[in-house]
Amino acid sequence: MSSPILKLIAQRIALGIVLLLAVSVLIFAGTQILPGDVAQAILGQSATPESLANLREQLGLNAPAYVRYFHWLGGVLTGDLGTAMSSGQDIATSIKGRLWNTLFLAFWAAIVAVPLAIILGLIAVRYRNGWVDKLISGLALASTSFPEFFIGYVLVYFFAVKWQIFPGISTVYDGMPFGERMQAIALPATALTLVVLAHMMRMTRAAILNVMQSAYVETAELKGLSAFNVIRKHAFPNAIAPIINVVMLNLAYLIVGVVVVEVIFVYPGMGQYLVDHVTKRDVPVVQAVGLIFAAVYITLNIIADIAAIVANPRLRHPK
Amino acid sequence: MSNELEFLSRRVAAGKLSRRDFLGRAAALGIAAPFANSLLSSAARAAGPVKGGTLKAGLVGGESTNSLDPALMMTQVPFAFGKMWGELIVELSPDGKLENRIAEEIGSSPDAKVWTLKIRDGIEFHNGKTVTAEDVAATLERHSDEKSKSGALGYMKGIETIKASGKEVVLTLKEPNADLPYLLSDYHLIIQPNGGKDKPDAGISAGPYKIATNEPGVRHGGERFANYWQGDKMGHADQIEIIVINDATARTAALQGGQVNMINRVEPKIVDLIKRVPGVTIRNHAGPGHYVFIMHCNTAPFDNADLRMALKLAIDREEMLNKVLRGYGSLGNDFPINASYPLFTEIEQRKYDPDKAKFHFKKSGHDGSVLLRTSDVAFPGAVDAAQLFQQSAAKAGITLEIKREPGDGYWSEVWNKQPFCASYWGGRSTQDQMYSTAYLSTADWNDTRFIRPDFDKMVLAARAELDETKRKAMYHDMAVMVRDDGGLILPMFNQFIDATGAKVDGWVDDPHQELMNGYALAKCWLQA
Repeated sequence: MSSPILKLIAQRIALGIVLLLAVSVLIFAGTQILPGDVAQAILGQSATPESLANLREQLGLNAPAYVRYFHWLGGVLTGDLGTAMSSGQDIATSIKGRLWNTLFLAFWAAIVAVPLAIILGLIAVRYRNGWVDKLISGLALASTSFPEFFIGYVLVYFFAVKWQIFPGISTVYDGMPFGERMQAIALPATALTLVVLAHMMRMTRAAILNVMQSAYVETAELKGLSAFNVIRKHAFPNAIAPIINVVMLNLAYLIVGVVVVEVIFVYPGMGQYLVDHVTKRDVPVVQAVGLIFAAVYITLNIIADIAAIVANPRLRHPK
Repeated sequence: MSNELEFLSRRVAAGKLSRRDFLGRAAALGIAAPFANSLLSSAARAAGPVKGGTLKAGLVGGESTNSLDPALMMTQVPFAFGKMWGELIVELSPDGKLENRIAEEIGSSPDAKVWTLKIRDGIEFHNGKTVTAEDVAATLERHSDEKSKSGALGYMKGIETIKASGKEVVLTLKEPNADLPYLLSDYHLIIQPNGGKDKPDAGISAGPYKIATNEPGVRHGGERFANYWQGDKMGHADQIEIIVINDATARTAALQGGQVNMINRVEPKIVDLIKRVPGVTIRNHAGPGHYVFIMHCNTAPFDNADLRMALKLAIDREEMLNKVLRGYGSLGNDFPINASYPLFTEIEQRKYDPDKAKFHFKKSGHDGSVLLRTSDVAFPGAVDAAQLFQQSAAKAGITLEIKREPGDGYWSEVWNKQPFCASYWGGRSTQDQMYSTAYLSTADWNDTRFIRPDFDKMVLAARAELDETKRKAMYHDMAVMVRDDGGLILPMFNQFIDATGAKVDGWVDDPHQELMNGYALAKCWLQA
């Protein structure tokens, strides 16, 4: 049994790498067609022809695109992401802290959101079509329907300005005590939880309900198992693949899609870092961040695929 | 009654009466809380600064791309942080006079061409080294180098030689300039050991605070420099911190929630709401910054003086000031100078006059519409302002076609390239600087294409003139020329609108830049 699985997994990973390479080409091409160039953006309103020429020369913007692509790719493969054009800082070093911050926030948001979503989904199925189900679905849908900035501002208004329980700005820094750090991320983590909760909850509910139509569930019910046991023992394990899929999708979102939340709560993560550098046309940074985001997406999708394969024997034997 | 209040406020300052009791007594005397509060703070100011605590500011204008190299400072956060750790040769004081810092004395030759800076004794850098004339000379050399990317290069280019000898630095200029000391107050010119030639972003100078943390785009922190040479005047808080909060709503929430003690750039549209928050004080004051529409005087159809005049008369400045700035500004008069400049003189205010505009428009012979480009990045509310302009011009029979340009690339593709667009100027510290930067025929940023050799001559003559009365008259004539013949439509000067939270004291309005010209964190203190 193990060898076909391993082969499938190896295939998935290989495919992921090819995909990542293709993405790297797209990212590089994409950054080439932005209007204006980095020298112009750095100098802004104070650009003069001489200072522009000086800066272009200094930044090596005069080489052809394909040369710069391979140079860049070679660097990435050896762990060198280059230096930021606008500030001259080493990108890998400055990204490390930012990535860690983003992962930290995503981790705690996920720790709350994933179990909560699945449990709420299970409860909704158990009391399907009753008022509990409707209440859960209604609240979850409402929290998803509001834009992130609105949820963020509402949280800030009540918890930071009115009651002053949590800080409204979440500046974290190296060496910050764990307790303070947790307090600082309380509001952004809550906002993120509210944003992703509904999607996962609804998907869990739908997937389990789908399985509930099956004959074996009916058998289990006829066997006299309690409703929760039917769901827990028979329906949930069979619905796990789509649930993992949507969980992974939301985890990826927690890492790459949190720009707005980071800006509102002034959280020093990847999103803010990317926004700052996009406006400066700082191409190496945009490329590096883009590649990291793509890698996160692809990795989480591979994990979802593999988990689905492991959970569902039928997928192991392609026709 | 007022005697009693004053007596009580002094007791509070002396710590013999609590604030709450004071406010209660004031209310009993029929005094509104804001007035009682301001009375209290002036009493506290008289009692002198309080040392200690941490002052925090939440500021817009910081990015993760910021560097500590003073030459590259551009936006508000590096500017304000620079004033914390950096020390300048001279400082512009709130009343427009010059205050010597590292220079003890500044003297010039009678023709304003050779300037001598005498360097003060016993000022220490954060690394323990004493500030010498060589360091000052090296700093000026670095910023006046043709290859430098310094934001001060434009003015520094006028220096021909820089020599340090003993305690003096001697500057020889290419052309006479009576304003040189004002130029030396530029915030880029932070004095660094060996001028920062070895490591420009080391963050070492002789300012009131040593750099403790520097995370560009996130936060910057400083701790009091024990050997600061003027500890009684600046550096009252033990620690200062700047948190970068670019989102306006988050910034005001941070002030309301007490996470920061002061913020910059409060939006005019929410000022009236913020005013109602207990403990928060709005600090708005006039400055030299202005919102403009610029026409290229050498490009058709704007090469026609009548058309330019028609457009100047077709804008309703008062309406724009009220609607776009909600009154937090002052009327412009189509020349880039206002009362925040030392040698300003009043000129009759130009008013909205659709009939006269119609007359000049007809006389210009132009028919059809006029294309105006605008964008949100030109200045806050630039799109609304353009639409107001369109409406007021329509009443004069002039059709303005508004084109909204993307913010990305506005400064590179539209401003200083297209013949008619909205823009913003932060102003300069002297009239000479303002005119030299944007109105000399040869200026890189001559964004109105104002090419007038007679005007250039006047600028150079005024620069060399040491007699203040004569200079004033010269600047008056230049202003009239720009106003009546130039390509500038200047509807309004904007105010700086900062806000401080409860307990912040020592604030002095400064017309030159926001946040007390950047010194708010260094000069304010927290009430005990």
